[in-house]
Amino acid sequence: MNLTLKVWRQKNAQTSGKFVTYKAESISEDMSFLEMLDVVNESLTKKGEEPIYFDHDCREGICGMCSLYINGRPHGPKRAITTCQLHMRSFKDGETITIEPWRAAAFPVIKDLAVDRSAFDRIQQAGGYVSINTGGVPDANEIPIPKVIADEAFNSATCIGCGACVAACKNASAMLFVSAKVSQLGMLPQGQPERWSRVQSMVAQMDEEGFGNCTNTGACEAECPKEISLTNIGRMNNDFFSAKLFREEGVHDHAQ
Amino acid sequence: MSEFKQTFNSSLGKKLIMALTGLFLCTFLIVHLSGNLALFKHDNGQAFNAYANFMTHFPPIRVVSYLLYLSILVHTIYAIVLTVSNRKARPIGYASATKSPVSWSSKNMGLLGSILLLFIVIHMKDFWFKYHQDDFAGKSTNVIPFKEYKTDLVTGKQLSARDLPPGDYKYAIYTEGSVETMVAKDLNQTVEVAFKQWWYVAFYVIALGALSFHLLHGFQSAFHTLGWVHRKYKPIIYFIGTWLFAVIIPLGFAAMPVIYFFCR
Repeated sequence: MNLTLKVWRQKNAQTSGKFVTYKAESISEDMSFLEMLDVVNESLTKKGEEPIYFDHDCREGICGMCSLYINGRPHGPKRAITTCQLHMRSFKDGETITIEPWRAAAFPVIKDLAVDRSAFDRIQQAGGYVSINTGGVPDANEIPIPKVIADEAFNSATCIGCGACVAACKNASAMLFVSAKVSQLGMLPQGQPERWSRVQSMVAQMDEEGFGNCTNTGACEAECPKEISLTNIGRMNNDFFSAKLFREEGVHDHAQ
Repeated sequence: MSEFKQTFNSSLGKKLIMALTGLFLCTFLIVHLSGNLALFKHDNGQAFNAYANFMTHFPPIRVVSYLLYLSILVHTIYAIVLTVSNRKARPIGYASATKSPVSWSSKNMGLLGSILLLFIVIHMKDFWFKYHQDDFAGKSTNVIPFKEYKTDLVTGKQLSARDLPPGDYKYAIYTEGSVETMVAKDLNQTVEVAFKQWWYVAFYVIALGALSFHLLHGFQSAFHTLGWVHRKYKPIIYFIGTWLFAVIIPLGFAAMPVIYFFCR
């Protein structure tokens, strides 16, 4: 396969970037998208040019490190996969592929296609944890949890924090991510002690990071590589308003 | 910052305000449509004029109407505030157009809402303001003329409907024997005149099309914002949002200018 790539190149967060066109020649359709970029980078290195910088780690769709906004869609044209799981057979020979970094004020570009997603870490640290007592190891399955609840919590817990929801959202809102993190703990008995303070602190941190506001458009749900559903956002809203309006528990009761 | 302010200044709090004002405006649509059905009666506008008087003079409805004007303002202001903050959240846009599969209406709520706001302003100027103009002016200028209806209370039949000459009138109903006389401001005539202009009818139909798409997304989205996403009730909300608010109500309203233009 021969392809034309329009890649966003940006030296660092301070400088402004621009698109640079590269030729990707004799690409196997069995390559993953990242392997294709590796091939391009190798030729760039041989020519003495700066290789394209992009985030990647496990390359099996579980670490949440790879990103890339490919031809108008986060993680490319396929549903429910990450960029590292995207294969070149999903593209046509001779196609022009536009590759951009995630675009959000809260995700500043570090270099080229890599963005700083530590805003997600700070949201997680604001309340995405459960209290456990030290002491003896408790028996497994000691706490009975209905299967439907366990399944639903597990679905929310599959979020890998890649940021595709923010990238896809027309408002650069992080609500799908935050709601998945709020839900996965809020639904289980182990997550109850901090349930009402957690949702308040995590939403407060989300707002502070400068993400946009949800319009229930559903692009996040459609683009999420782990198929986290929009229902999580509804659940978070419910918990948030419940905490703010009906529970006698402030945001700082646990957080500080 | 107080707890209350913090709640409503948060992203979710602002969305809550959008949802609540939006749903309140939705309930008003039901009332407005059911009352306006009087326009379809062939009674020279008697029922409609009586309804117009009731809506503007019955105290509880007046209170609700002020809440309504406030809701329109708040819904608009918060839409602008949220849009500005959403734009700020993505200072550099994408070069390639998004191909994510989302509904057209959900992406264009701002555009649809702007059409609706323009419509509300024109609609209120032409009917609401004209109707109230005498009250504002304080004199008996009578922008809208009065009409006198005589009804036989025994048979329920309308005996006569007479345009009154310019003068100082007030809404009144009195009975002499079996004949009931009603004097009312003839808003119906204003409606008839307005709906005889093709461009006015076209504008109404376009605006109601915008209403349909605005509510197709807006109604269910409001419930989602409130956090009412129960698996059992979500289909009901979708059903009401689609059939009642995006089909029946806009069609009902759009039928009025269309029927007046072609059939009256």
